[in-house]
Formats: sequence, structure tokens, C-alpha cells
Amino acid sequence: MYKAISEAIAQEMERDPSIFVMGEDIGLYGGIFGATSGLLQKFGPERIKDTPISESAFIGAALGAASKGMRPIVELMFVDFFGVAMDQIYNHIAKVHYMSNGRIKMPIVITTAIGGGYSDAAQHSQCLYGLFAHVPGLKVVVPSNSYDAKGLMISSIRDDNPVMYFFHKGLMGLGWMPSPEEAAVDVPEEPYEVPIGKANVVREGKDVTVVAISKVVYEALWAAEELNKEGLSVEVIDLRTLVPLDKDSILNSVEKSKRLLVVDEDYRSYGMSGEIISLVAENGLTLKSPPLRIPYPDVPVPYSRVLEKFVLPDKGNIIEAIKKMFS
Amino acid sequence: MAELQKNELLSMYRTMYLIRTYEETLGSIYYEGKTPAFDISAGPIPGELHLSSGQEAAAVGVCMHLRPEDAVVGTHRAHHFAIAKQVDLKKMTAEIFGKKTGLSSGKGGHMHLFDPEKNFSCSGIVGASFPQAVGVGIASKMQGKDYVVVAVGGEGAANQGTFHESLNLAALWKLPVIFVIEDNAWAISVEKSKSTCLGRNSERAKAYGIPGVYVDGEDVIGVYEVAKEAVERARRSEGPSLIEVRVYRFRGHFEGDPQLYRPKEDLESSKAKDPIVKLEKDLIRRGIATDSELANIRKEVEEEVKDVVQFARESPYPEPEEALENVFSGR
Repeated sequence: MYKAISEAIAQEMERDPSIFVMGEDIGLYGGIFGATSGLLQKFGPERIKDTPISESAFIGAALGAASKGMRPIVELMFVDFFGVAMDQIYNHIAKVHYMSNGRIKMPIVITTAIGGGYSDAAQHSQCLYGLFAHVPGLKVVVPSNSYDAKGLMISSIRDDNPVMYFFHKGLMGLGWMPSPEEAAVDVPEEPYEVPIGKANVVREGKDVTVVAISKVVYEALWAAEELNKEGLSVEVIDLRTLVPLDKDSILNSVEKSKRLLVVDEDYRSYGMSGEIISLVAENGLTLKSPPLRIPYPDVPVPYSRVLEKFVLPDKGNIIEAIKKMFS
Repeated sequence: MAELQKNELLSMYRTMYLIRTYEETLGSIYYEGKTPAFDISAGPIPGELHLSSGQEAAAVGVCMHLRPEDAVVGTHRAHHFAIAKQVDLKKMTAEIFGKKTGLSSGKGGHMHLFDPEKNFSCSGIVGASFPQAVGVGIASKMQGKDYVVVAVGGEGAANQGTFHESLNLAALWKLPVIFVIEDNAWAISVEKSKSTCLGRNSERAKAYGIPGVYVDGEDVIGVYEVAKEAVERARRSEGPSLIEVRVYRFRGHFEGDPQLYRPKEDLESSKAKDPIVKLEKDLIRRGIATDSELANIRKEVEEEVKDVVQFARESPYPEPEEALENVFSGR
């Protein structure tokens, strides 16, 4: 997925000179997770700016640059690190368009790595996209494969709103971190868009709808495959975007299947899983069994492998939950 | 070196050699189960591992002045300060192996070592130590005690807002904080000269009206001397100091870092600035210790490291359900 992301940025930069990239280790290193690999060599240090560890400054600077017609892309290595620059994001970048009554646009893409599963513990393994989705004014995209990664990056850059672009470390295809084979799909060479706000039904089924995003999409697909052998037909929706949420795709599917399971690597409370179950409830859909969710429980990410494995949502939890719906 | 007793000098040598042996041992165990294809999630020590080989003098020169009740707030690369602050090495190693017998029963891991008995903590977030140390300083003052606190950060962290805000606050309130910047010249791949116009972060002390010194971390005695002044000043309630120690990163930012950004000569010239080799030479040249005395210390240290590693390897993993415990305290 990392090559798809850097290719998308490069193609857009060739087209539009107002695009530039800032962040830590994004130049010479090519991004710790490769998302900006090769860009410094192609575009030089004026447009690919390695920054000091001064996040409030360079993320706030994205706002200033955007206000004067630039289209900055900013990377901050891990989502866990955002606390230090949050004011510039949730009080400013997210709100300037609204507070200026639409007179000032904020075409900013903020990219970061999410996710655990490799014992990087409590400050380097979180997802936290729910935190950003909670704040009005930020679009939130979370691709799960290389095709979507490229198309969503291009759409994000072209969007006149601030977009939080999250990539899961365990999907990047880095070589030094396990990544499901399915995440590396063919990517067309030419630029293309994947629309922001459009979910993808990645497996059709009729008995139960599983809504997922990012890496747990694969856990859901693997569970669906196993349950299929037992005669259960599972539909899997990859949301791809959290804000704006593709309500129609979710409602249409659940209307058909009458059962809902939400799988999420982000924390349980006040987040994506609750949001989707609320959506279904508010729309008065009649279900054959209560909706269920398998989110990350409300605990920080533990370090020890045995502990982390216990709390991460996986295929086994999904199969168990779906069977419960039918028992 | 004049004022230091022989036993103190040998103790410094021992701790530096312990740190080095420990780090190099973990550095080799880390690759168990991760080869031939490097997989960061595999092996007895999974996840990121940031080792401090080459940076020993900063920790030892500073911590020699500390009492058990003094605190150290470290960084993501904190083993050397933990060892110099006498954190229980068995428990620390077990933690790094994710074991039940670890400092935090496997919940924290290598970047999150907490030992309240030894007043040691660290963090995976760059620049997080400074404000926390300010708080320890406030507590010391409000409680009418004379304990001090050391806040450690890399030279990259000196470009964080927390660094400047904390220096200002500590200076304003005359808090007993010693700010230690370990300048290893690299913020992962970004060179110091590409991240700040000042050659020395210690000069930034001027902006806050406090003493700032720059010292070469090849020489542990030099670090010891500047730290002595800073710690004594803090204990006398005269306020904070800033010390920048030029240290030498012998390994990658993290294990597995290919370091393609780093000129080979930089790594080589760094390794030539070995504080352990320097101390060893000085001790012998000045007739303070003999070869065989130092060899005995090294042997003892190597045994100790073997023991702690064996303890960690043989310890059980926690029960999976423990993952859900201790989010909140009882009330």
C-alpha cells in the first residue's frame, strides 16, 4: 500500500505545483512507513520538507499555507503522537471554513499510521480515527488495500476540505511488518479517484452484515469464508471512509440481512461501532437478533504479545459473535 | 578526576560497562525469530527497540549524583538511565520480554518502564519528559523536600514546544529540575543541523535566564562535573539548569533501522568516541586501576547480564485476561 500512496502524491504533485509535503523523516528516509518514498528525489527539498520535531508548528503551518492557496500534505508518523498538535487540528484546521462562513478553504491532507498487532504498546499502536471523526469539519478516510489507498489519496488531495488520511501499518506491505496478501491488489498506473464517503461491499451475502474498516476487514473476510462452509452467507462492508459516512450502503445491507455486526480496531466507547449501531437503530430497521460489535475493548494497548492478542479483534471473535446471532 | 574516589570511579566504569553489555546483548537477542526475513512482531523481544550503546556517559555522569528519592523522567531510549538509576534489572528485562515478572507484568514494554520505588519513568512520546519533570519539581518544592528531578530528551526533542514551555516554567518558579539533552546528532534520519540553526541547544538556556552547559559525552568525568553543579544548584533551591551532552549513537534509531540516511563515516567517527574505552584508558594511565581489576569487573557484569536474561527467558507470560486489568485504580 505504501507505494500506492507515494505514487498518488507524486502524480498529483506533478499536476499541481501548489502541493507540498511536510513531516518528520518524510524526505531522506521516505517516511518511516514508506508513504513518501522517492518523493524527495523527484521534487527536491523545497516541496518535500523534512521538519524538526515541532508538530504544533508544522501542522499549524499547513493552515497558514492553505489559507494562501497552497495544498499542503502533512505526515505525522504515528496517530498516537497527535496530542502535541491537536489544537491546530481540532480548533483551527477543522473549524476555519465554518468560522469564516465558507470564505476560507482548508485543502489539507494529514496522513498518519495507525494500528497494532506487533507489540509496539500503548503509545504506538492505537487507531484513534474515532477521535478525529468526532470533530465536525474533518473528513476521515481509512483505506484497506492499495487500490483504495491510491484513489483515496488523490481524492483527498483534490478535496477542498481537511482530510485525515489513516494508513494501517499492518497493511502497508513493508516487508518488515506482516501484511495480508489481499491488501496488495493491482493499482492502475494512471491517476484515478476513489470517492470519499463511499463504502465498498467487499463480499456479498444475505444472512448477516459485517461492517468493518482498515485491517479488520480481512479478519471479517476470513471469518466469512469459514462461515460459508457452514452454510452462513456473510456480507462484508469495508467503510473506507468514516466521515462522511456512507449511510445508504450500511442501511441497504442491513435491511436485507436483518443482522448487524460491527468490527473495529479502535476503542469501544463513543466511537465507530456505537455510531453504526445507532444509525441502524435510528432508522427503525427490524433485526432478527440484537446488533453486536467487536471493537477494541476500553483498555490501552498492552505490550506483551499474549496480552495484545487477547484484546485485538480477530477472525475467531467474529465467527463466535456471528454464531451467537444464530443460536 | 581528582576528587573522585577509586570506588566511585570503578562504580562508574561498572555501570557503563553494564549498560553496554546489556544493550548489545538485547540487540542480539532481538533478532532471534526475526530472521531471515525481518519481522518486527516476532521473536522474544517484539516491537520497536531503541538501544543506548554509546550514550552511557550521559546517564552515568548525571545519575551518580542522584539519591533514591530523586526522579528521572526518560525517553523512548531509556535503558541507560534506568540502569544508572538502579532500576531492578531482572524486572526491567522481564518487562522487555513481555513477561509476568516484569516491572508492569508485560503491559508497558521497553518504551514504558515504570519503577516508582526507584523514581524512574519514561515515555514513547518525544518531549513528554520535560513538563512531567516540572511537576516533580513542583511537588518537591511544595512538600518542602530537597529531592531533584532529571528530565531527559534528545536533541530532536529540544525543538518541541514542551521543552521551551517547561524551561520557562521551571526557571520562573525556580524548580529543582535538571534538563539533560542527549545530543546524538540524529532525530531518526534528520540531522541536528537540519532541524535547528543553533549549534548548541544549551545556548537556549540564556533565553530563560538559567545556566546552560555543553559537554562531550565521550568523557564521563566531564559530564559528572557539570551535572554536579546542576544537581547541587537544584538541591539548594536555586532553580533549574540545562545540560547538553554530545553523545554518540552506535546503533540505528531502532533495531532494524537500515540507516541509509547516515554517512558511513559518521557511524565510524561516532564509534571512535567510545566513553567506556576512554575511561578505561584514563583509569589505567593514571594508575587508578589495573587491567585485571577492570577485567574482573567486566566478568562480573557479563555474569549479571546472563542472569537477568535467563530470568526473563524463563519467566512465564501473563494470563491473557490480565490485559483487561488496571485501567482504573480501585477508587
